[in-house]
Amino acid sequence: MNLNQILTIKINNKMSKLKSTLGIVAIAFITLTTVSCKDGKKEQNTVDGDHSEMSADEDHSKMNHENSDGHSDGDRKEMAMSGDGDSELILKDYFNLKDALVADDNAKAKELGATLVTSLGNLDILSNFSDTQKSELKDIIEDAVEHAEHISESDIDHQREHFKILSKDVTDMVAITGSESTLYQQFCPMYDGGSAWLSMSKDIKNPYYGSKMLDCGRVQNEIN
Amino acid sequence: MKIIKIIALVLLVAFVGIQFIPTTRNQSDTVPSTDFMLVNNVPETIQKKLQISCYDCHSNNTQYPWYNKIQPAAWILEDHIKEGKAELNFNEWDSLSSRRKSSKLRSIIKQIESGEMPLDSYTLIHTDAKFSETEAEEVINFITQLKDSL
Repeated sequence: MNLNQILTIKINNKMSKLKSTLGIVAIAFITLTTVSCKDGKKEQNTVDGDHSEMSADEDHSKMNHENSDGHSDGDRKEMAMSGDGDSELILKDYFNLKDALVADDNAKAKELGATLVTSLGNLDILSNFSDTQKSELKDIIEDAVEHAEHISESDIDHQREHFKILSKDVTDMVAITGSESTLYQQFCPMYDGGSAWLSMSKDIKNPYYGSKMLDCGRVQNEIN
Repeated sequence: MKIIKIIALVLLVAFVGIQFIPTTRNQSDTVPSTDFMLVNNVPETIQKKLQISCYDCHSNNTQYPWYNKIQPAAWILEDHIKEGKAELNFNEWDSLSSRRKSSKLRSIIKQIESGEMPLDSYTLIHTDAKFSETEAEEVINFITQLKDSL
């Protein structure tokens, strides 16, 4: 091997090294740009979420959509703060969710969990409540939103677990907001050491067991 | 043969390339006064267990093993930590209302009971994070007491 050959090999080696370094840099650059593009889009989305001066229906579908593609703690808090919905809408969505659980319908309960996240977040905390009531309502909503979120993404056993606490939250909410119609607090002593739920009618239809034990329970309390 | 070489090279380049993408490290020197251990009277064995099994993803401070500094493992971990902290952050325990505490304690009990937490993907490597039957019982008893005392 003469000097010339050695030199060519060395140069070739250097060239290929240079090439792969260039390649690495290029790929790193491309990934970085795509990643930062994604971040930019995300930011825009959250900014969009701030404008909540649209009709309730539009709001619903939009929020549901946002819920499906990511939920950070920040979104959650923001949703719990603003809104012009009322507690009757929350009750309506709660009862629909209850009926889905009574019917053992996991998919529908998921959907309604997401709907409830929106209506809870839209609750208008009226200024005629006292400060303690206001802060308790905020607390209730924050807790309930989290359970509704879990319901929107879980299997039916989990949905029922969260529905138990959600029911307590909604009951506590009604104690502050009141309700237009008479509600019945019902109680099943068998599920999880005893669990309550709310219903519009006196008839027992158990959301914790569904078809397995539809009539387990009794009316515990009449509200209003 | 050539194709395999090219594919291998592309993979290698991609692997090296993704190392350049920054990840946020979940690390903090201070333990805030709202920490679960500081505001509750937690027995030492249970403290240790919770710290080993839960605090990596449910607090502001993760003990990073070496392989979690390398992509894509670091990404997966970062994601888990973000989700974990949004769900429950032991460091910020006392900033929760008693309603929320009660909700969280209930979830902790359920998740340990059902074996959902710690995640299988986590205990696969962190074998010491697994709960033995007696450990699970001890922790659940303690958490139940705490919940009843709220």
